[in-house]
Amino acid sequence: MLGVFRLIKITLKKEKNNKEHKSSDKMLKIKDLHASVEGKGILKGINLEVGAGEVHAIMGPNGSGKSTLASVIAGNETYEVTAGDIFLNGENIEDLSPEERAHNGVFLSFQYPVEIPGVSVTNFMKTAINESRKAKGLEDMPAKDMLKLIREKSELLEIDRKFLSRSLNEGFSGGEKKRNEIFQMAMLEPKLAILDETDSGLDIDALRIVANGVNKLKSKDNAVVVITHYQRLLEYIVPDFVHVLYNGKIVKSGTKELAMELEEKGYDWIKQEAAV
Amino acid sequence: MDLKDKLVSSFLAFENNVDVHNPVHDVRTEAIKNFETKGFPSKKLEAWKYTSLNGLQKIDFSIFPKKESSLEYKDVKKYFIHQIDTYKIVFIDGVFSSNLSETTHDGVDICLMSSALTKPMYKAVIDVYFNKVASKDESLTTLNTAFSREGAYIYIPKNKVPKKPIEIIHFSTGNDVALMLQPRNLIIAEENSEMQIIERHQSLTSNAVLTNSVTEIFAAKNAIVDYYKVQNDVDSASLVDNTYVDQKDGSHVKVHTFSFGGKLLRNNLNFYQNGERIDSTMKGITIIGDKQHVDHHTLVHHIEPNCESHQDYKGIYADSSTGVFNGKIIVDKIAQKTNAFQQNNNILISDKATINTKPQLEIFADDVKCSHGCTIGQLDEEALFYLQSRGIPKKEARALLMYAFANNVLESVRIPELKVRINKLIANKLGVNLGFDL
Repeated sequence: MLGVFRLIKITLKKEKNNKEHKSSDKMLKIKDLHASVEGKGILKGINLEVGAGEVHAIMGPNGSGKSTLASVIAGNETYEVTAGDIFLNGENIEDLSPEERAHNGVFLSFQYPVEIPGVSVTNFMKTAINESRKAKGLEDMPAKDMLKLIREKSELLEIDRKFLSRSLNEGFSGGEKKRNEIFQMAMLEPKLAILDETDSGLDIDALRIVANGVNKLKSKDNAVVVITHYQRLLEYIVPDFVHVLYNGKIVKSGTKELAMELEEKGYDWIKQEAAV
Repeated sequence: MDLKDKLVSSFLAFENNVDVHNPVHDVRTEAIKNFETKGFPSKKLEAWKYTSLNGLQKIDFSIFPKKESSLEYKDVKKYFIHQIDTYKIVFIDGVFSSNLSETTHDGVDICLMSSALTKPMYKAVIDVYFNKVASKDESLTTLNTAFSREGAYIYIPKNKVPKKPIEIIHFSTGNDVALMLQPRNLIIAEENSEMQIIERHQSLTSNAVLTNSVTEIFAAKNAIVDYYKVQNDVDSASLVDNTYVDQKDGSHVKVHTFSFGGKLLRNNLNFYQNGERIDSTMKGITIIGDKQHVDHHTLVHHIEPNCESHQDYKGIYADSSTGVFNGKIIVDKIAQKTNAFQQNNNILISDKATINTKPQLEIFADDVKCSHGCTIGQLDEEALFYLQSRGIPKKEARALLMYAFANNVLESVRIPELKVRINKLIANKLGVNLGFDL
């Protein structure tokens, strides 16, 4: 099975000096990405292509760099990109701020969503949507349309009205936080959604609701990258491709069977293989 | 003539207008002696190390307003919580305004200090409460006591709850080039009674105003008092607020202080827990800029066992503004099982802004839970990234986070319309375009 499903060629070469500004028209294309935090290298040459309509899973042991990869794609300035490129629909997004990336269709569901007391879920979404519209030169969304959209999307995630008037993430249970993240995703309708450990802290019912929401939002025009430690979520959000991240690199790629193999055998064999 | 001399000599003129045979006047006479000895507090005093009154003392304040002024409600409506019905005790340049006020004697007394201090029917209450918790030593308090004549008098008898919140508002019109005011409030909540008070000082022009206010609050057994201070005055107005709270068994007193504007604001907030199972809460939000100065000095004296105190002050300082927080907690040896919490968190937006924060704990009991914490910092980068990742630009995201930081203190505000008002003031001060109606 090894190699057969290898869709991404792992290059170890670091030859580029000239940044590329255009690339093929894949939705997401990551080339030889290196990133560090406080001088410590975390991503050490990531190559990944995600096409429209695809679902990719990125798995790996703790500390392998999964969350860093998600943060770097979304533009978190805590991490320094030391080499490599990220292209979104063929455009190099290196110089874009997190908000500009969001306006271009990137969405990150946080592993640990931040609490914002005094700002309700509804008001937060209104602000986010209208800021995106402003960036595109559009007027604020009319209140009537906004309410309709909120109603529609909250039903999708089985969220009741009371929840929407609560302060964002404040006092939310783990499950409520994650459900709220996917609600935001539904509201913002991103092209590329990255779900960082969305399954952690969820009981089985919440997991089903969240997965169901993601599946309903999937289309041929958008893509989903699911970052997870366990295979559990992938029973509900079935990936087209599975990649194993270890020590800052994608060391193995395959289909959903790879996820099952990881579940069965753990990560030790990956580590051994990578060490060879 | 400097301001101290002017005040001391004005006391003679003041005596021409009050009943000097009233026992209250003995209290005043004692007080002016103390002020004459001590004068204005200088920066040499530990409690005044970071707040200087020197600049204010150079201003030639009128001690009494030169003429009476009136105001139309429609012109000052916005300073009231006009969305709800309230009792109103309103003063214009220190003089009671009957047309803007709504007082009552219907089962409760919500009226004037000038009546309480002079009419025989209030004598019994005045004898028991007047100047009983206020300091007889602190110079600005004694200055106020010396000139005490007018202010709000509120007496809520046992088991009574007024029908609506009470607003105490002091307007100054700028008729005098510079005016000094000395309002004196006496608030008494008898056993099992409950009340909500909103206090505001508002100058209507850019002429200088210095208000030296003293409020005494007495909360008897199981009484509940919620006191809200809205300090959002113009840049030429300064306020020294001295509030003294005496609490008995099982009473709950909360004081919220919202400091958003004024030239110099000094809050001396003192709680004395004379009983058990008492809860004292002090909360504050300070958001200032330019060269504004806000100083919060709090004191909680845990005198008896099994009581709690909670302090939560948040500050956001921009430009060259300066802030002070000094929180003193005293736990007497007998006051076992005390829970005392104190928190002061600050954000400095500009390199030129300053905050001096100091917890001061004097604990003589051994079985107590006391915690204090103060932070001075910037905004949480992870939170900023979270908002940006949702498409909210950095500038707006920062403002939104500051709004959330300050707003946290508001959950204990029990008048929804006031909460909305403060929400809006915060948003306004931070220049947040929230993109939604509060």
